[in-house]
Amino acid sequence: MRSKQSGRRRFLKEGAALAGLALGAIRPASGQEPGSEQPGVSSGGFRAYGERSRFVTSVRTLDPSGQLSPLQDSLGIITPSGLHNVQSRGYDPPDIDPRQHRLLIHGLVDRPLTFTLAELKRLPSVSRIHFIECSGNTGRTALEEKAATIQQTHGKTSCSEWTGVLLSLLLREVGVQKGASWLVAEGAEKGNRTESIPLEKAMDDVLMAYGQNGEPLRPEQGYPLRLVVAGWNGGINVKWLRRITLVDQPAMSKQEVGTLVPDGKGGWRFDSAMAQKVHYAEMPPKSVITFPSGGQKLPSRGFYEITGLAWSGWGAIRTVEVSTDGGRTWKDAPLQEPVHRKAHTRFRFAWNWNGEEALLQSRCTDERGNVQPTLAELSKAMGVNSDYWQSDYWKSTATSERYGLNAVQPWKVARDGGVQNAMFS
Amino acid sequence: MLSNLGRSPVMGAFRMRCFLNLFVPLMVLASCVEALAQSPAYNLGRTPSEEEIRAMDITISPNGKGLPPGSGTAKEGANIYAKRCAYCHGPTGAEGPTLPGAANLWPYSSSRGRVPPSLRGVKGDTLQGIWQSPVATTIWDYNNRAMPPQGERSLSADEVYSLTALLLYWNGIIQESDVIDAKSLPKIRMPIRKK
Repeated sequence: MRSKQSGRRRFLKEGAALAGLALGAIRPASGQEPGSEQPGVSSGGFRAYGERSRFVTSVRTLDPSGQLSPLQDSLGIITPSGLHNVQSRGYDPPDIDPRQHRLLIHGLVDRPLTFTLAELKRLPSVSRIHFIECSGNTGRTALEEKAATIQQTHGKTSCSEWTGVLLSLLLREVGVQKGASWLVAEGAEKGNRTESIPLEKAMDDVLMAYGQNGEPLRPEQGYPLRLVVAGWNGGINVKWLRRITLVDQPAMSKQEVGTLVPDGKGGWRFDSAMAQKVHYAEMPPKSVITFPSGGQKLPSRGFYEITGLAWSGWGAIRTVEVSTDGGRTWKDAPLQEPVHRKAHTRFRFAWNWNGEEALLQSRCTDERGNVQPTLAELSKAMGVNSDYWQSDYWKSTATSERYGLNAVQPWKVARDGGVQNAMFS
Repeated sequence: MLSNLGRSPVMGAFRMRCFLNLFVPLMVLASCVEALAQSPAYNLGRTPSEEEIRAMDITISPNGKGLPPGSGTAKEGANIYAKRCAYCHGPTGAEGPTLPGAANLWPYSSSRGRVPPSLRGVKGDTLQGIWQSPVATTIWDYNNRAMPPQGERSLSADEVYSLTALLLYWNGIIQESDVIDAKSLPKIRMPIRKK
């Protein structure tokens, strides 16, 4: 009876709000909030597009490369679209009318085709959860400047549910000719960013996405169409996609300098990231504790859930281990299921802080069995000593050595509960 | 005796199995051939005209494929530079904007901020590392597709060749009188390849 009454009351309230709306629609010049004159009706009750509580203030921050995602506040594995990192080298997102936008696929194909967005949306679609990480994440700016927060050290990665058409499907529609070994993708922004992708990858798991987290892409993320090149360097994930051409050589565009190199046989290959001796374009396994992290403060001793993210461009995360004693002992941290391939993976670890200084860090292992290295291990693999990260060479030279770095991130919890970046301490 | 084998139900089943054993792989093979032939399954999209493709296709290859006819020298490039480029990059390519407010026209940011890069010096972050390219076609391509930022694609092929020649000359890679065209551009040995 009581619930019935409250239901009826709610109906009356909503009805009043609707009446207010209708009134507003009839008298747009009144300047009144819909329903604001109705007694007992909240003026904020209806929001055509919902917003966060005014108490939630987490935002992106700027660095020279673009906008960094506030990982310290992240929950679960999906990055809200409005907080997705943006590394567009300052390009303003073009203002594209989707009705005017076209995608041209041509080059070494049997049937060059032009698609409208409406036609692309008629094709069989898929949704996949993938991270997109800038190759410079946890690279020069993070290491050189001894960045204080996780937003500064790791903020160039985000994870979304992307919806669109598999590129392989479209390549079958146009009929790729013999002799085509690469495709060149081009954006519609100023400067028309151009990236080359080997045909093998294009036929594997590249997505031509028009959806992000349940709605169309945000302008900064490539509205109305972008590539999601699963697990590969963010820069290759061309936004505002307008053209794909099938070719026998990569374009060697400005953006590809330092990543593509001659293979010595008349062709081209991706340079190896020096640290990993692997294909540069694939982002290596990485994990980081998002809480507690640099700049945060623990109010008192006692129970905390340590939590963080792990991801690998090489596949699924298999295990994450957490150490609270500076790396002397490591324990498995449970992973949030389901674990998606080439996606952020949430780990959690129960911890009782005894009030003493503690060094917290995480390391992950991916499905290929590759283990995330410490900075010391990374340096050793690269054949450099620890001074290297403060050297002028490292600071000034544009080489692939600054890309694909994935060192374990230590956070130090001081006795006062303050948390600091302990990468170099 | 042999002729009876075929009619025995047991052998009939055997032969059917043999047939299936052969037929199933054949069917798989046939579908593979079909997949390789890549016939369109959905018949969506429109066939663009040759002109439409030409208008959109600005991709060039490091081997020179796609480069248009035309040519230029650094000397010719200097005249075009003074008119089309100097107000952002400075009179000799190193000074930066001379026109008040020109930096605001610059749409791209680098690690040094939203400023036009110096066109002199082949080291470091200059031109965001474009000089680290092993091929000179990279410079032609960027001039053609992105410069000047307030009038992309407004330079003629000759002008793009000339400006590319100017940049290569300024940085000691070619001589002032060297003619750059679709044949000579891909053959230029860039500094990084001398290492």
